[in-house]
Amino acid sequence: MILVIAEHNNEKLKSFTLNTVEAASKINEEIHILIAGNNSENVCNEASSIKKVKKVLHAKSSIYENHLCENLTPLIVNLAKNYSHIISPATAFGKNLMPRVAALLDVSQISDIIEVESEDTFIRPIYAGNAIAKVKSNDIKKVITIRPTSFEPTSSSGGSAIIEDIGETEDLKLSNFVSKEESKSERPELGTARIVVSGGRGLQSSENFKLITDLADKLNAAVGASRAAVDAGYVGNDFQVGQTGKVVVPELYIAIGISGAIQHLAGMKESKVIVAINKDDEAPIFNVADYGLKADLFEAIPALKEELAKLNIIKK
Amino acid sequence: MKIIVAVKRVIDYNVQVRVKADGTGVETENVKMSMNPPDENAVEEALRIKESNKANEVIVLSIGDEKCQETIRTALAMGADRGIHIKVDKAIEPLGVAKIIKKIAEKESPELILMGKQAIDDDCNQTGQMLSALLGWSQGAFVSKIEFVDQSINVTREVDEGLETLNLKLPSVVTCDLRLNEPRYASLPNIMKAKKKQIDQINLEELNLDINPRIEQINVSEPPKRKKGIIVADVAELVQKLKNEAKVI
Repeated sequence: MILVIAEHNNEKLKSFTLNTVEAASKINEEIHILIAGNNSENVCNEASSIKKVKKVLHAKSSIYENHLCENLTPLIVNLAKNYSHIISPATAFGKNLMPRVAALLDVSQISDIIEVESEDTFIRPIYAGNAIAKVKSNDIKKVITIRPTSFEPTSSSGGSAIIEDIGETEDLKLSNFVSKEESKSERPELGTARIVVSGGRGLQSSENFKLITDLADKLNAAVGASRAAVDAGYVGNDFQVGQTGKVVVPELYIAIGISGAIQHLAGMKESKVIVAINKDDEAPIFNVADYGLKADLFEAIPALKEELAKLNIIKK
Repeated sequence: MKIIVAVKRVIDYNVQVRVKADGTGVETENVKMSMNPPDENAVEEALRIKESNKANEVIVLSIGDEKCQETIRTALAMGADRGIHIKVDKAIEPLGVAKIIKKIAEKESPELILMGKQAIDDDCNQTGQMLSALLGWSQGAFVSKIEFVDQSINVTREVDEGLETLNLKLPSVVTCDLRLNEPRYASLPNIMKAKKKQIDQINLEELNLDINPRIEQINVSEPPKRKKGIIVADVAELVQKLKNEAKVI
């Protein structure tokens, strides 16, 4: 049996939970899902309607409201005895929590898998995706994080799993939630957008970065950035695409003023179609681009907007 | 207050790694090695904490073969006080690393353990979290800001939706994001001084730990190559290709 640790905000399931259930179903059909939260009944109902979920475990307590990993860990460790695999998405949530669970179960975690070979053998990228490792876990229990963009989201409807309330664990009082600053945006989410428009150091300033956001809005696209652009302060870190940022696999990725450092390529080179616009002929981004345009971005972006306006139909 | 910073020696981030022809791993012979980038941020932060008089000793720890001492020296040249080298000649998984650091932490009793959020070789992103759990301490992962508040710290974490701030009871394990600070360069006089700083070497056997690997690496292969793309002449051609050939807009 598999236990999927759901990511949610107490109101809604985070969409990558669906990808996680799909990945789990490639190992075993007997899938239970844990919702640990506060006032999270809606999330349980949502999880219960996922076709591939057999049972929803609901741990409700104010101590789980902000997903503090110190308090979530003993809850999951207590449940672990019933399960062969414990799986979560390799998002900030899963990366923060799952190694704690693995350590207390005395097992090695298998991080960020992109493929399931069998119940104990998995494929995962290493060295920023420049090498692909096939690994076999010899631990009795497998603690796994999955790369959500490497698995399809499972169907969110058609199921009616039972919801079972489970007891809470004690508050360890090691950490307290202080605040959260969420970047609000009307745009599609970077992790799941069909089109991503990313800008790099070539933009030269945060004012100029608006060229990228304007273009993204024209295309109903999410906005991304290279680490160089983030470090230079043009945009926040939650826009970062790359080895230490987000991994995106959109249908169309447009990299503008991005040279294509190894760390950046790690986050986008699985995109279906890649466009690179850069004035440097030698920029490594051209090596992964399906369509390269060697041009000054300050001329190319306005021209691109104009051409797109002529099409006037943008697929949603 | 004592701070331990754990650093890892990895293939330099500028090196294009090559998969070995026999599929057993990647080439490490004659390849430039350096300190894992976010570990440099961890060293820098520890030094800044010490410089603001909130800590009196910064110990840098590394696990690996003899050459790890170079990485420890780099941190000593930046300003760390002394080093601990746990000598191991084989690869160890994050769980094993966490067990080793726990053992050292029990001996040294630091109030804060810092390290990078992820090593850029195995990309596991596990060690700090595992260590924190094994010690039963608070955890701050992917941290871009640390502030001292009475007997605790406030950490700002880089999460998917933006930024989250937590208050952590000390002792704590904090893993550092690249945005935490700008690591300093070691000055020549400090590099000279670092040569005289103490590095204690401990053999793994002395620690009496089970660090046998649990995960077998069956093989390592090249990622699938992308089909070679084309260079378009202008924006009009680009848009035409995206619409009619790639059919993505």
